[in-house]
Amino acid sequence: MKLVTAIVKPAKVDDIKVALQAAGVAGMTVSETRGFGRQKGHTEIYRGAEYTVDFIPKVRIEVLVDDAEAQSIIDTIVTAANTGSIGDGKLWVTPVEQVIRIRTGERGGDAL
Amino acid sequence: MQAINSGDTAWVLASGALVLFMTPGLAIFYGGMVRAKSVLNMMMMSFAAMGMTTIIWVLYGYSLAFGKSHGGIIGGFDHLGLAATLDQVTGPEGHQIPVLAFAMFQLTFAIITVALLSGAIADRAKFGSWVLFVAVWITLVYLPVAHWAFAAQGGTGGWIVDKLKALDFAGGTVVEINSGAAALALALVLGKREGFKRDPMRPHNMPLVLLGAGMLWFGWFGFNAGSALSAGSLAATAMINTQIATAAAAMTWIAYEKKRDGKATTLGVASGAVAGAVAITPACGYLNPLGALILGLLAGVVSAWAVTRKYKFGYDDSLDVVGVHGVGGILGMLAIGLIATVTANEAGANGLFFHGGTTQLGRQVAALSVVALFSFAATWLIATVIQKTVGFRVYRDDELNGLDTTFHAESAYDITGNSNRY
Repeated sequence: MKLVTAIVKPAKVDDIKVALQAAGVAGMTVSETRGFGRQKGHTEIYRGAEYTVDFIPKVRIEVLVDDAEAQSIIDTIVTAANTGSIGDGKLWVTPVEQVIRIRTGERGGDAL
Repeated sequence: MQAINSGDTAWVLASGALVLFMTPGLAIFYGGMVRAKSVLNMMMMSFAAMGMTTIIWVLYGYSLAFGKSHGGIIGGFDHLGLAATLDQVTGPEGHQIPVLAFAMFQLTFAIITVALLSGAIADRAKFGSWVLFVAVWITLVYLPVAHWAFAAQGGTGGWIVDKLKALDFAGGTVVEINSGAAALALALVLGKREGFKRDPMRPHNMPLVLLGAGMLWFGWFGFNAGSALSAGSLAATAMINTQIATAAAAMTWIAYEKKRDGKATTLGVASGAVAGAVAITPACGYLNPLGALILGLLAGVVSAWAVTRKYKFGYDDSLDVVGVHGVGGILGMLAIGLIATVTANEAGANGLFFHGGTTQLGRQVAALSVVALFSFAATWLIATVIQKTVGFRVYRDDELNGLDTTFHAESAYDITGNSNRY
């Protein structure tokens, strides 16, 4: 099993959710977060003063998938999240040792 | 006992309640503008001002401000403990109101003036020292200035109103310039917030700011039109002028801001409304409606520019008391010397543009200059003494953690209901 983690632009979250649902994903977790990558922060003007904002708002999406489905899910997220402009975010994949559905105690692929 | 005019009395009583409502409004206005970690402390400073000022007002405040004048400088002790006020009346023949209605009305002015200062020292003042400051500042700064400009006693009262004959309908000097100059002194003595100019420090809750601005706008009708101390055409003039200038400044502030920064902000429209209400405060009973419009249009732009000066000069007037109240108050006082007209108020004057010459303008400049200098110097002294003795500025760690938990054992937002359980 794999954990797919994507940091994306907040405005793309709905598109990604719809695409993942269409791809048959059973569950996902999203959280609001902030950070910067190679683009660094940006400057903002507010009430006549200019500030550097280092941490830019992003959304973190986490999806647990079977090994067999991993590549298609990754492609689905990357396609839906891409705008072509800087700040589109990152996606990474980590191996998962065990998954358990807490209510039933099912393990592994059955718990997804 | 002389005959009370019940219409006038009803309006002054209602106005006292309206103006008192402005201070919780200010608490909400200011509270929304600070960061979430110190919003309760910000609001608490206004509520403490309501408490302390009222106690002082009863004991000796009213007496020193409105008691029999000693040389136009300060009132006497004739009303200590509000003595000789029960069942007494004040005001001209035919428009007499109970002294206690007037005392209540004036108390609410004292409260909001000192509460305004808290905006200059957001997020970094020891709460106990603030309460002490309120008591000392009301005593040594507010009461004399209120006496100078408000205590008309038929030529032998406060020197600004009775001798200099500068015009200040509702407190351009006493409330606005006084608070603006004092705020500058406080901001200088307490120093900048950690991260000033580096961190954005944006308002944490703009809906609160807009609600507070609305409460201030509403209460300001009592402030300005109530200052007529009668329920007649002068109050009506003051009320419509207040509405006009407030509305006009709200629009020009955001227009200026849109041109300068690219966006019209809600903070801008709220600040603009307050700037307009401030500017019209001294002038509301002396201008005609078109004069109020001109003043309001101007006030929005001038104050929107003025609030950015703190970045240039490096003083952390956190919530722009200097730029809005100080600068707006000066504008309003000058406007009287320029565009006042006796058609609006026969007890007023004609300004320069109504063939009144420069006499009135000179009086206005003299009044505002003395009040600004006195207020700045006295406040600087008071704040410095407090800082050097009991301390005024909080410890750095307390400031970074936020003043709500440091001083009040509370935090404003507990969305999950679980924050005390982990």
